[in-house]
Amino acid sequence: MNNSKIIIENLNLYYGDNHALKDVSMDIPEKHITAFIGPSGCGKSTFLKTLNRMNDLIDSVRIEGKVMLDRENIYAPGVDTTLLRKKIGMVFQQPNPFPMSIYDNVAYGPRIHGIKSKARLDEIVEKSLRGAAIFEETKDRMKKSALGLSGGQQQRLCIARALAVEPDVLLMDEPTSALDPISTLKIEELMTELKSNYTVAVVTHNMQQAARVSDFTAFFLVGEVVEFNSTDNVFSRPADKRTEDYITGRFG
Amino acid sequence: METISIQGNSRNKSIIEKTAQVIFTVCAFITIVAVASITIYMFINGTPAFFEVGPSEILFGTVWKPTAAEPQYGILYVILTSVIGTSLAVLIGVPVGLLTAVFLAEVAPQRLVAVVKPAVELLAGIPSVIYGLLGIMILNPLMYKVELAIFKGSETHQFTGGANLLSAMLVLAVMILPTVINISESSLRAVPHHLKAASLSLGASHIQTIFKIIIPAARSGIITAIVLGVGRAIGEAMAITLVSGSSVNMPLPFHSVRFLTTAIVSEMGYASDLHRQVLFTIGLILFAFIMIINLSLTKILKKGGKEND
Repeated sequence: MNNSKIIIENLNLYYGDNHALKDVSMDIPEKHITAFIGPSGCGKSTFLKTLNRMNDLIDSVRIEGKVMLDRENIYAPGVDTTLLRKKIGMVFQQPNPFPMSIYDNVAYGPRIHGIKSKARLDEIVEKSLRGAAIFEETKDRMKKSALGLSGGQQQRLCIARALAVEPDVLLMDEPTSALDPISTLKIEELMTELKSNYTVAVVTHNMQQAARVSDFTAFFLVGEVVEFNSTDNVFSRPADKRTEDYITGRFG
Repeated sequence: METISIQGNSRNKSIIEKTAQVIFTVCAFITIVAVASITIYMFINGTPAFFEVGPSEILFGTVWKPTAAEPQYGILYVILTSVIGTSLAVLIGVPVGLLTAVFLAEVAPQRLVAVVKPAVELLAGIPSVIYGLLGIMILNPLMYKVELAIFKGSETHQFTGGANLLSAMLVLAVMILPTVINISESSLRAVPHHLKAASLSLGASHIQTIFKIIIPAARSGIITAIVLGVGRAIGEAMAITLVSGSSVNMPLPFHSVRFLTTAIVSEMGYASDLHRQVLFTIGLILFAFIMIINLSLTKILKKGGKEND
């Protein structure tokens, strides 16, 4: 089988008294796309955010269990979340470019991590924009505001921005739910390209999307992983009745 | 089947709509009329003395002796005092205020905010004359000690008892704090959370996120805070009359000084004829200053951010 990039062991998450993730265990394979599907409120986005500790921002959250990234527990004391998040990038549901130029958006991460050389930054920016398949559209307007781009372009810029810090893992939280079908298609193509270099985990509402792009799929229901298997198996031979009901559209 | 006509027949409705519109328009005009009449009034009353004494004598003269047998009306030192005193107060008050706002909006735990925020709001509500009284009781004696230490044995220095430019500047700096803090804080809080999340997800620390993303994104509100702070500082009269010594001198730190505002306040009571008219000219100059500062600060500071707004 594949090498596991992230191993989650008995993860439990509470929002105050609300037990939002129940005993989740999962191996996320390296350089593949793993999709998390499930109805709204099932905990899939919350789960994604435990992987780069973005839930830390919420005061009432309590987390138990282990998330091993390359055999290091990211919840161990002494973990520097800035180094963790450098290694695990994230793309959000709403395209959220900074109100600055396209170039500065992409160069933001590298600058934060101490790269000052103009030549080096130029190189990283170009490479990242190419990596996110948006270089051709932006090369003549690098100094223009990123907010002038279309929604789909903004989302690809956000992917480029995440790639610029050279992460190993890319988390995507419903990256196409705010986009039109053509932009969605572009992002999906891009995801397929990205998996040769990155481990990708994507939350999606769209089951066709999970079926099209992912290699593995986890089905979440009220905080539990009902089924986790290769995407082919989950969609054509679901082992659990609830998975079958969901993917055939009987609820959700 | 019966169709329902879309022909309007309610005359009352359109009357209410129209009346409301008229009321809004009238209210808006009251403001415009106020601004316009103040402007006109200041020009009518301020310009005669300006030309009677002569622009260069008023603006560049350094001797202020309005009640002498040969009266002189040079207000250069008064203008400089206002410019320098206000700038220094802003230079201190704005960074302190902005950092306090960052503390309140981003850093402080909820329980501490619950203590600091009412304190700031209370500060805003304190009448300016109280600031002056506290200045007299606390700041001036301290300043006097410093003055004695620095100018010990000096024969040329005129001792002020601590009522000097520095005292006035410090009082002004504290007075603009609430304005700067409150407005900056709300604009910092209004920065969309997703920008902060994006920065943190790239491995930026909280402090890096504050200075590189949140403050720049709140730029326009912070500029408003600065402009209002400057306006409050340059227009303040009561508190600084009490602590600045109020005599016309070159604006050096340990000199007793008079501001544009305090000149009007302290002399209007007994001034007559040309002296009185010159005080109106000072008012006009103050008015022009505030207008110029507001317009130019807004323009200069907002220029950089325009492209990305």
